Amino acid sequence: MMMLPGLIVLFVFAYLPMFGIIIAFKDYRAYQGVVGSRWVGLKNFYYLFETDDARRIVVNTLEMNALFIASVLLVALAIALLLKEVQGSSRWLAKFYQSTLFFPYLFSYVIINYFVFALLNRSDGLVNHSLQAVGGSAVSWYQSPQYWPVILTLVTVWKNGGFWSIVYLAGMLAINPELYEAATMDGASKWRQIWHITLPMLKPLIIINVLLSIGRIFYADFGLFYQVTRNAPELYPATDVIDTYVYRTLTSIGDVGMASAAGTFQAVIGFVLVLFSNWLVRRTEPQSAIF
Amino acid sequence: MQSSSLPAIRRAVPSIPRESKYRPFRPGRLAIHAVLLVLSFLFLLPLILLVSASLSSETDISTYGFTFLPHRVTFAAYEYVLQNPSQIVTAYAVTVTVTVIGTLAGVLVMALLAYPLSRTDFSWRRPLSFVVFFTLLFSGGLVPLYILVTHYLQIQDTLWALILPYLVMPWYVFLLRAYFAGLPRELIDAAKVDGAGEWRIFFQIIVPLSRPALATVALFCALTYWNDWYLALLFINNPALEPLQYLLYQISTNIETLQTSSQAFGVQIPALSAQMAIAVLAIGPITLAFLAVQKHFISGVTLGGVKGE
Repeated sequence: MMMLPGLIVLFVFAYLPMFGIIIAFKDYRAYQGVVGSRWVGLKNFYYLFETDDARRIVVNTLEMNALFIASVLLVALAIALLLKEVQGSSRWLAKFYQSTLFFPYLFSYVIINYFVFALLNRSDGLVNHSLQAVGGSAVSWYQSPQYWPVILTLVTVWKNGGFWSIVYLAGMLAINPELYEAATMDGASKWRQIWHITLPMLKPLIIINVLLSIGRIFYADFGLFYQVTRNAPELYPATDVIDTYVYRTLTSIGDVGMASAAGTFQAVIGFVLVLFSNWLVRRTEPQSAIF
Repeated sequence: MQSSSLPAIRRAVPSIPRESKYRPFRPGRLAIHAVLLVLSFLFLLPLILLVSASLSSETDISTYGFTFLPHRVTFAAYEYVLQNPSQIVTAYAVTVTVTVIGTLAGVLVMALLAYPLSRTDFSWRRPLSFVVFFTLLFSGGLVPLYILVTHYLQIQDTLWALILPYLVMPWYVFLLRAYFAGLPRELIDAAKVDGAGEWRIFFQIIVPLSRPALATVALFCALTYWNDWYLALLFINNPALEPLQYLLYQISTNIETLQTSSQAFGVQIPALSAQMAIAVLAIGPITLAFLAVQKHFISGVTLGGVKGE
């Protein structure tokens, strides 16, 4: 009884759309409805993979997500190690760092778009002004796709780095301090302690988080790619990902067949990847497998 | 891992102890503080830029570009925004309504869902847990959701479309379930002996004991609703129902929105600084909320973050 409202919401907004993937195999006409529309087999997929878009969006999605996973992990670990070193010295400062670094996590991509725009817009942006101040020339950032893998990685690290560093810091603080005391008495340097105690003890947590991210590598962060790039068509070669493609194809082009084919492709491959990464977790750290 | 590395180090302990742990002066630690300070500043930098722009005049922005400190501080942009407030007030009202209703309803519905799943004596526990969990693994994606909401439910252009899709978030259901499961079982048994029904047990025993977990989930729900523009982008066409973030999005894609509306009033408008001022107004409440309860936020991260997301 208690569970009824929650289960109904899940049924309507999660399970009904799952059955909706049959749209990808149909010639959807709004007036005929999902059930009434004609079956067309794999035709939608055939059309999708005939275009150059398919390769582009898959490659972009995988490439950018791989970049994000690696850089967020490295930066978050580095910050967490720094934060751990100052834990004992000044509580106030330690709190200040944590809060500041976590802060960007609170902003929506709409707001982040404003931030990035203040930095990068052609005529008034801080970056171009600084470039010109040192004798460089202004760059039209929003028309130069080659810079965007780096820009979006920086944005992702800025937004999520603090969040993950707190997760890893919590993991580090849970490590038995006796280990460090013993190592210090033994004369082990800080670096050796990090390498031989901290990182090995964190390994299960790192593995889980990385594998979970890999499980979701087929899903792009729609807000990041849609808002922060201002959806500029000039940037599509680098920033068009599956999620933005599905959205655009559905809403501005109105091609339900193509959009649902791309979405279904994503859902199925994504599902397989999640199962695969969980299988990997189970093999490496059986107790931390998710299911 | 602990068991394997401990003995190795213990064996090493009898060697000569060094003093390094209690050295009073530590240049290394100072360097770390310096790095962290610079990093914190870098992380705040975009925010400073935004606030500064919102306090600058339009001409200063076009002369000097965006700067960290306004050349001359002016509240013109805020005055402009607050003088023509109808659209912004409406957007604020929509956002607040959606956030409050969504958060309260979401926490209640998720807690009600999580509680039976936490009870080991509930025989449907495993299959229903899986029902919740499966939605994390697989989703139909945008197209079916879009068609469902617009064609079948026909709740586009209503507040329902902004609330319902985010009402049940499986991660938080599991977070709550884990918390409920950690509560002492004897309390429930004792209440049952006293003749309390399941609803009473839930509301009078479980809920009061679970305040920290419920507060954390509520915080993150509120953040989700406050920051959402995606559902509005998909489902809202009626300007009276546009939430704040969506209004901001529209302004950024379409500076003319502001310009035309201001020409109607016959004023010279501070387009860029006004945009930034609205953005500051949108992040103000989050910032204040964060400063007030940052402890909960950060403990929430470690509570939910360890299991990913």
